[in-house]
Amino acid sequence: MVACDSNPYKTGENLFNNYCANCHMDDGKGLGDLIPTITGTDYMKKNPNSIVCIIRYGLKDTITVEGKTYAEPMLGIPELDDIAITNIANYINYRWPYRSEYLTIADTRKILDTCRAE
Amino acid sequence: MNKCIAIFCVLTLLIFAGCQHTPSPLPILGIHDIQGTDTTYHHIPDFRFMNQDSQWITNQTYEDKLYIAEFFFTSCPTICPKVKQQLMRVDERFKDDDRVMILSHTIDFRRDSIPRLKNYADKLSIQAPKWSLVYGPQEEIYTIDSAYLSVALVSEDAPGGYDHSGLLVMVDKNRHVRSYCYGTEEDDVDRFILDIDKLLREEY
Repeated sequence: MVACDSNPYKTGENLFNNYCANCHMDDGKGLGDLIPTITGTDYMKKNPNSIVCIIRYGLKDTITVEGKTYAEPMLGIPELDDIAITNIANYINYRWPYRSEYLTIADTRKILDTCRAE
Repeated sequence: MNKCIAIFCVLTLLIFAGCQHTPSPLPILGIHDIQGTDTTYHHIPDFRFMNQDSQWITNQTYEDKLYIAEFFFTSCPTICPKVKQQLMRVDERFKDDDRVMILSHTIDFRRDSIPRLKNYADKLSIQAPKWSLVYGPQEEIYTIDSAYLSVALVSEDAPGGYDHSGLLVMVDKNRHVRSYCYGTEEDDVDRFILDIDKLLREEY
């Protein structure tokens, strides 16, 4: 009964509310042409792993999301560890699907290895 | 018959009780200077700042207006985007009412500039002079900030380097602070919008 309407990604939800929703908003829709939406966008579907690197290291490059270009840099969030990043990425995928597979902590670490050098 | 009189009495009492709830005007907020029987109410002092369109914004800009003041910075990673989202809601609600204006002060005198404010305004479709984003010297911004009963501090410990409150502050045509709300709290902003309606109805 309890499980019927409860979100299985509680930790991810709490982390999202504390670290992501200030800018990307509770509904994930961002703010005007300043902060992009993260609701299962074309950008996320095309680059399903990039969320891991962006949360850790931020984003300085311009990106195009659903036809709109965003140029404001995002700061990385170094206090979020590999497990926290995994939880957030899975929670976002639960609310606004952008990837077909559940992300494991091992996946997160493998992805982080690819962006660490940059 | 007695029953009728009793009902009549109860109804009369109810009507009078209802009358006692006439809404009181919004208070004048702040620490007032009281000398004997004279009260000098707290008010916003003279100011002059430049906005995103390089126009000077002063107290005269808001003569006969009701305006909402706030403090933010464009690279703020914490509460500012949420406050902006709520303020955009207020702006949308009063977009056709030229009695209402908005004044956002950047507290980031190191990184923000007029071109940066312009860029930020354009991305959020913020239009001056209805909604001005202003820049000023540190000491002037930090002095005016306390007049709005707000708080802004340079703090290396705070994310983005500045500590501030996220308050939205309502100022009337006599430069008095009449209401405020927490710009991050949707419910509180709803109540604030009702206060704006009330002040417009009663004093404009």
